[in-house]
Amino acid sequence: MSEPSFGSAEVAPATSAEPHSREPSQVPAPRPGPVDDDVSVTAEPNAPRHRSEGQGPGDRGPDDRPTLLGGGGGLPRRRRFGPEPLFRGFTTASGTAVLVIIAAIATFLIVKAIPALRADKANFLTYYQWFPDPSQADQPSKFGIGALAFGTVLTSALALLVAVPVALGIALCLSHYAPRRLATGLGFVIDLLAAVPSIIFGLWGREYLVQPVRGLSTWLHKYFAWIPLFGGDGPYGKSILLGSLVLAIMVLPIVTSLSREVFRQTPAMNEEAALALGATKWEMVRTAVIPYGRPGLIASVMLGLGRALGETIALALVLGSTFNVTFDILNSGGNTIAANIANHFGDAQDIGRGALIASGLVLFAITLVVNMIARGIVYRRREFVGSAT
Amino acid sequence: MSQWTKAYQTACTGATINYQGTGSGAGQTAFIAGTADFAGSDSPLPATDQPKADARCKSGPAIHLPMVVGPIAIAYNVSGVTSLQLKDATIAKIFAGKITTWNAADIKADNPGATLPATKILAIHRSDSSGTTDNFTKFLAATAATDWTHGHDKSWKAPGGQAENKSDGVAAAIKSTDGAIGYVEWSFAQVNSLNMAKVGNGAGEFAELTGDSAGKTIASAKVTGTAPDLTLSIDYKTTAAGAYPIVLVTYEIVCSKGNSGTALPLLKSFLTYTASADGQAAAAKAGYAPLPDSVRTQVASAVGNLA
Amino acid sequence: MTTLSEPTLSIASELQVRRLPRWVPYAAAAGAAILAYLIFYVGKVMGGGWALTAVGAVLIFLIGLLAVSGVVEGRRAATNRVATTLIYAAFTLALLPLISVVATLVDKGRTRLDADFFNHSMRNITAFDEGGGAYHAIIGTIEQAGIATLITVPLGIAGAIYIVEYGRGRLANAIRFFVDVMTGIPSIVAGLFILAFWVLLVSPHLSSNGRASYSGFAAALALAVLMLPTVTRSSEEMLRLVPPPLREGAYALGIPKWKTILRIVLPTALPGIVTGVMLAVARAAGETAPVLLVAGGTDSINMSPFAGNQMSLSIYIYQQAGVAATHNYGVNRAWTAALTLVALVLALTIAAKLLARRSKLK
Repeated sequence: MSEPSFGSAEVAPATSAEPHSREPSQVPAPRPGPVDDDVSVTAEPNAPRHRSEGQGPGDRGPDDRPTLLGGGGGLPRRRRFGPEPLFRGFTTASGTAVLVIIAAIATFLIVKAIPALRADKANFLTYYQWFPDPSQADQPSKFGIGALAFGTVLTSALALLVAVPVALGIALCLSHYAPRRLATGLGFVIDLLAAVPSIIFGLWGREYLVQPVRGLSTWLHKYFAWIPLFGGDGPYGKSILLGSLVLAIMVLPIVTSLSREVFRQTPAMNEEAALALGATKWEMVRTAVIPYGRPGLIASVMLGLGRALGETIALALVLGSTFNVTFDILNSGGNTIAANIANHFGDAQDIGRGALIASGLVLFAITLVVNMIARGIVYRRREFVGSAT
Repeated sequence: MSQWTKAYQTACTGATINYQGTGSGAGQTAFIAGTADFAGSDSPLPATDQPKADARCKSGPAIHLPMVVGPIAIAYNVSGVTSLQLKDATIAKIFAGKITTWNAADIKADNPGATLPATKILAIHRSDSSGTTDNFTKFLAATAATDWTHGHDKSWKAPGGQAENKSDGVAAAIKSTDGAIGYVEWSFAQVNSLNMAKVGNGAGEFAELTGDSAGKTIASAKVTGTAPDLTLSIDYKTTAAGAYPIVLVTYEIVCSKGNSGTALPLLKSFLTYTASADGQAAAAKAGYAPLPDSVRTQVASAVGNLA
Repeated sequence: MTTLSEPTLSIASELQVRRLPRWVPYAAAAGAAILAYLIFYVGKVMGGGWALTAVGAVLIFLIGLLAVSGVVEGRRAATNRVATTLIYAAFTLALLPLISVVATLVDKGRTRLDADFFNHSMRNITAFDEGGGAYHAIIGTIEQAGIATLITVPLGIAGAIYIVEYGRGRLANAIRFFVDVMTGIPSIVAGLFILAFWVLLVSPHLSSNGRASYSGFAAALALAVLMLPTVTRSSEEMLRLVPPPLREGAYALGIPKWKTILRIVLPTALPGIVTGVMLAVARAAGETAPVLLVAGGTDSINMSPFAGNQMSLSIYIYQQAGVAATHNYGVNRAWTAALTLVALVLALTIAAKLLARRSKLK
């Protein structure tokens, strides 16, 4: 958008100043666009200006040199292909690469998805099943994202429902309750756990959590069958419950580590003020720490949600990968967009591959929205500048 | 297959067979796309793909060479049950979700005198597209059409159950889950020491799965392809005494002509090895049933004619 | 606050709030444990079992504490006690699965921790064979993560320099915003993107036979897409921490801006930037999904990231975990590979954190 105006701001003074460098009146015309070099001057008043001399703000006479704004009288003249424009150009290009990549992701996914979507004989958004590559000639390609998108949202929501309260508890424990020395050590450990690859959690879940969760499912169904979520009467195997729990355990260190940073940034003054007014420790947390950190907390939860929505391999290992839309989380089943891609990528043919890419596009859109909301919240409240990564 | 690769690579150091156990669908895709010189597959190419495969071969049609017989086991894990007999219709009802507990009347009828628990049945199927699923559903569609209404396909079409990736995944899930049942290649049931059900055949008896009983079904199969194509047609309702009816044939799909000059010698020598008595014996050790000799000699001569 | 609205009788009584004796919470805890044991473990209410007993004990303790403290100390203090208990309970509850993961990893990972594992590939090793190793996978992980780092570091740091030193206006804001958004892109989407862009579109033109081919380089590209925002973001934060007087001093000496950045600003921020890069590498090395889509995987050693399928530790784990055979050969290999991967990732992470601690910029 504003890149061209950068370019013009860059080149215009150089060319016009070239022949008569000692005559600043050559550059009186205001440059177009909101992005002006003068902005940088006001932002960094002490920074020298590596322009040809005499580009002071406003119209000045030839002898009225802006000495305060950094001399530069003895500096070599600005060249079009000197190291400075080159370096500046390189960094600008690198920065823009991010925008290019995001645009390219969207473009390539859309381009590859369109042929498959054309071939789809079912409604892509509502159809539940996934048969993009029929093995018999008389059958049409039919696939839809319905069950997958539903499963993705349900598993992630349940995972956050379990993980967030616990994560906030740990974060508070580390920031305000546990002894300082212990908190530092444990905080370090939590940070390390946040770095453990997700496939490890998937492997662990598949090998060691299936049996306990079967027991839990039986118990939940026996005593809480009146809650629709726990209505499934078996068989219990790899279920949405199992997937959500593994996901919760995986997201836990991430949300904890982010929200601990947020809690720690509460100004001591706010806390002391609350305590001085006679608040108990919990009241202090409730009235000073949590309100102060709220945007940061929302952001960390959203980031956790983003991570959960996109989780692939761990869920491919612990979900039953069937195509059902049901709130019954105990019976074996459950599937997500990402896990389905991992499961079906190996045997997908042309249309199948396009179908998977189309589902990836939906996932991309969902996570993009979630992340933009999260960032929007953070940007509105700039107090939180934590190391949200 | 990996046994063959291993044996062959051990015998001829310097040759690398990059055989990816990705499932039949992926193998056929790679063959059509030209990224593979040959593809092993548990199902013949679908009619829609045959022209594409022929086109990829340029000068000659793509042909199917039967390489080995893979019986499909009905493996189960029910605590306290070590012997189980299931009729084709009962199997169809279980996998279609019409029978949900192990002490259902149909299963009791197949197993007079056996004590069966009330455990819920967890029917496990393949999540990836595979020839095993295709052959298993072909069997169900052929023998129990009233109870199995989902036709046959490489991907699973019946609702419910639990899906697992590849034969490994199915076998592992059966092994670790009480109440589970699934269809899996014999070799995977063997290495995981899973209990296998005796399956009712067209002769009205319950046949145990052995190399012998599976071979009887193959012996009654007919070659339907036009030479040099050797596609077999299996009679799932075979009335041969003692025949185990759920079997599949693993084909190697190759170009009869138009193979690349660099790949051809390797391809021929590898396939000659697999079609030899030695190769068949190696396969038998890995849980497959050898091809009947009548079929094997036809394959060997077809391999010799590849160009 | 409620205290302000109540008329005070005397300062002394206001300050001397009635508190529970120190031993009461402990006594309540012991009582709750015994009660829960009797009701749930011995009495088998709701099925019994030790897990239910533990949960029951905590609940009984909370209710008891709320009641006792509420009567003696008042509602506010009672709430405080309950909140404190809940926070510590959450802490303990979360530690259990995490400890279990680590313990399993070490315990299971040891079984195949031998020399063979680190200098053999899986060539000629089938599911029925013992032995075999992850040499080819380790090579793949190192090469892929290494190339991704080589691509990302110049790009990421230069992008950060643009944002901090040059960027003004809407472009800079847009870049900053989308760098943040991009950190949240699911790894599988990055994999699909490289699949569509590199494997399906570009690679056929590069190979001699015109076929689309998987490669380690494609995996490196996918990892680079994931690493770029992380590196940019952390470098940006580090560059912002460099004190302005350093820059101003350099400008005052007449040093051009680009030289100031390269010679003064970057070296000052370097330890922090390296920390960020190492954390990003650690994250990338553990990624499975994108590598699975674009590297293909193989059983043999492939040293070249540019030609042919390549393995990585994470897909090795995924692949071996799927191999169910007698004696758990495959699963044991998967666990040892998992231990290796975690060791690699943690070593990078710990080194990064230590480096961050020694950094002059805080």
